[in-house]
Amino acid sequence: MQKLFSFKNGIILVAVLAFYAVIQFTISQDIMPPFVTLNLMLICVYVIMAVSLNLINGFTGQFSIGHAGFMSVGAFMSAIITAKLAPKIIPYIPLHDPKPVLLLLGLIFGALVAGIAGFLIGLPTLRLRGDYLAIATLGFGEIVRIVFLNSDYLGSAAGLTLPRIATWPWFFFVTVISVALIHNFVRSTHGRACISVRENEIAAEAMGVNTTRYKVLAFSIGAFFAGAAGALYANYMYIIQPSTFGFLKSFDILVMVVLGGMGSITGSVVGAVVMTSISALLADYPQWRLVITAILLVAMMLFRPKGLLGNKEFSLNFLGRKDGRNGDA
Amino acid sequence: MQVFIQQVINGLSVGSIYALIALGYTMVYGIVKLINFAHGDVLMVGAYVGFFATTNLGMSFLPALILSMVVCALLGVLIERIAYKPLRSHPRITALITAIGVSLFLEYGGMLVVGPQIQTYPSVFPDTIYNLGGVTFKIGDIAMISTAVILMVLLQFIVHYTKTGKAMRAVSFDYQAAMLMGINVNNTISATFAIGSALAAAAGVLIGVYYNSIDPLMGIIPGLKAFVAAVLGGIGIIPGAMVGGLFLGIVESFVSWAGYSTWRDAVAFAILIIVLIVKPAGLFGKNIREKV
Repeated sequence: MQKLFSFKNGIILVAVLAFYAVIQFTISQDIMPPFVTLNLMLICVYVIMAVSLNLINGFTGQFSIGHAGFMSVGAFMSAIITAKLAPKIIPYIPLHDPKPVLLLLGLIFGALVAGIAGFLIGLPTLRLRGDYLAIATLGFGEIVRIVFLNSDYLGSAAGLTLPRIATWPWFFFVTVISVALIHNFVRSTHGRACISVRENEIAAEAMGVNTTRYKVLAFSIGAFFAGAAGALYANYMYIIQPSTFGFLKSFDILVMVVLGGMGSITGSVVGAVVMTSISALLADYPQWRLVITAILLVAMMLFRPKGLLGNKEFSLNFLGRKDGRNGDA
Repeated sequence: MQVFIQQVINGLSVGSIYALIALGYTMVYGIVKLINFAHGDVLMVGAYVGFFATTNLGMSFLPALILSMVVCALLGVLIERIAYKPLRSHPRITALITAIGVSLFLEYGGMLVVGPQIQTYPSVFPDTIYNLGGVTFKIGDIAMISTAVILMVLLQFIVHYTKTGKAMRAVSFDYQAAMLMGINVNNTISATFAIGSALAAAAGVLIGVYYNSIDPLMGIIPGLKAFVAAVLGGIGIIPGAMVGGLFLGIVESFVSWAGYSTWRDAVAFAILIIVLIVKPAGLFGKNIREKV
């Protein structure tokens, strides 16, 4: 049993807060170029997307390629709160500045609806294996896109305009909380059950693991966080369109997960940071970006199918085993 | 009644294209158990080869079609040798991810080579509209359906009456046993990719002729829909792909006719999900028990 307030957790907390403070300071002092700020926000969104997809693909061993569909659900559902219903909700918020409450409501609503969508889609389709599941999730992503495309309430193809109310603290802390929650989930009894499904579904079932339940659970949690990421994204980008969340976006996220290593949360974070930075650097050559992504993906599969980190995690164990011994005592 | 027949004819035209593409998916899946995501993009390459053959080399429809089929057959073999063959012993997901990579590479590599703009396909058939008892059709419709039918008959002949076809059936039935029987599995798999890609190329040229426009991302949607068709008929089963393709084409044409053309793609995917849930083995598939 690890202690919550251990030496290692302390170091992590300090590092996280220090990183946050430095960025927040540079943004508030206008030192940070807007382009870099934008990409920092995007990195946060993609870290959430990649880590939540990794829960489904890497840890539970399912294969979803419709993850952007859940992002889309989260984005549009939060937009209903923060853009469409905002005038009706704001009078009920007894605060001087109603924006944070509005964003929080949008975030929760977007994530919840995405999670429910994940549950509803996962329940029937997770009986399918491997490539069939992949295609079913791809189909789901496309259906979501077409439904939003045909919805006049949500602005159809032109999309919705939103206020920019998500700021760096929101992005940063939602990301940190998401990663921490998924990390802890993977380490819990339920997480172990998910991993056992990945390792050998039949054996897991024989040992009494309710495989369907855990597959649906992982899928819904993944969808929930993808919805949260979509909500953040929507409330920063001023405008969202159904075509933004096509399967190309799903593939982008898949590349991050694969690049970082299926089954490594650190890997997904690294993958998201690397891929977002690459696309930011290649922003002037958009046509090259996807070619490079594609070559990376194929080369990675041919030469290092486990991804950069395989299923290793970053840890502070190199600081000495003293901490561990204290934990045991 | 006339409207009904008209929709069936439209559906058959589009459906025969889906069927041609679906055949490639199904053959490749049957033999290496891989969803070849790059298949739709091979189609795009085929359409562009046909485009350059007709506009720059001044070829007529048939030579252009054959040229594009040959080029794509080579491309298919190349893709298989470079990207899929080294991964045959890996988990299937690895190859699937590679296929996605190859697909992205062809799409955006293609965009670098030919530019992202839409090209207008030269009209190789006269635009005359024939009217038969209220049902209208163009020469293009007939050419499309007949090309598709000829190619499917040819495929049936290859699969059932040639040595390569026999080897293909053997490998898809049991990879290991086929190898032990002295069948050159590598060459057989290459042949499968070659035939499948050639069919996709033919479909690409036909799409170009039918819709008059091509662009580097044109292969994605037909590719996905053809996959739906393949799953519908039972993936790995050749007659299933043909029936699935035609069925999907007809359903789509009726959905458009009913005024829901913007929902057309969603219907295809909804069919896919329903089929996967209700009868994952497809219309023609047999249920296979899972062995531990």
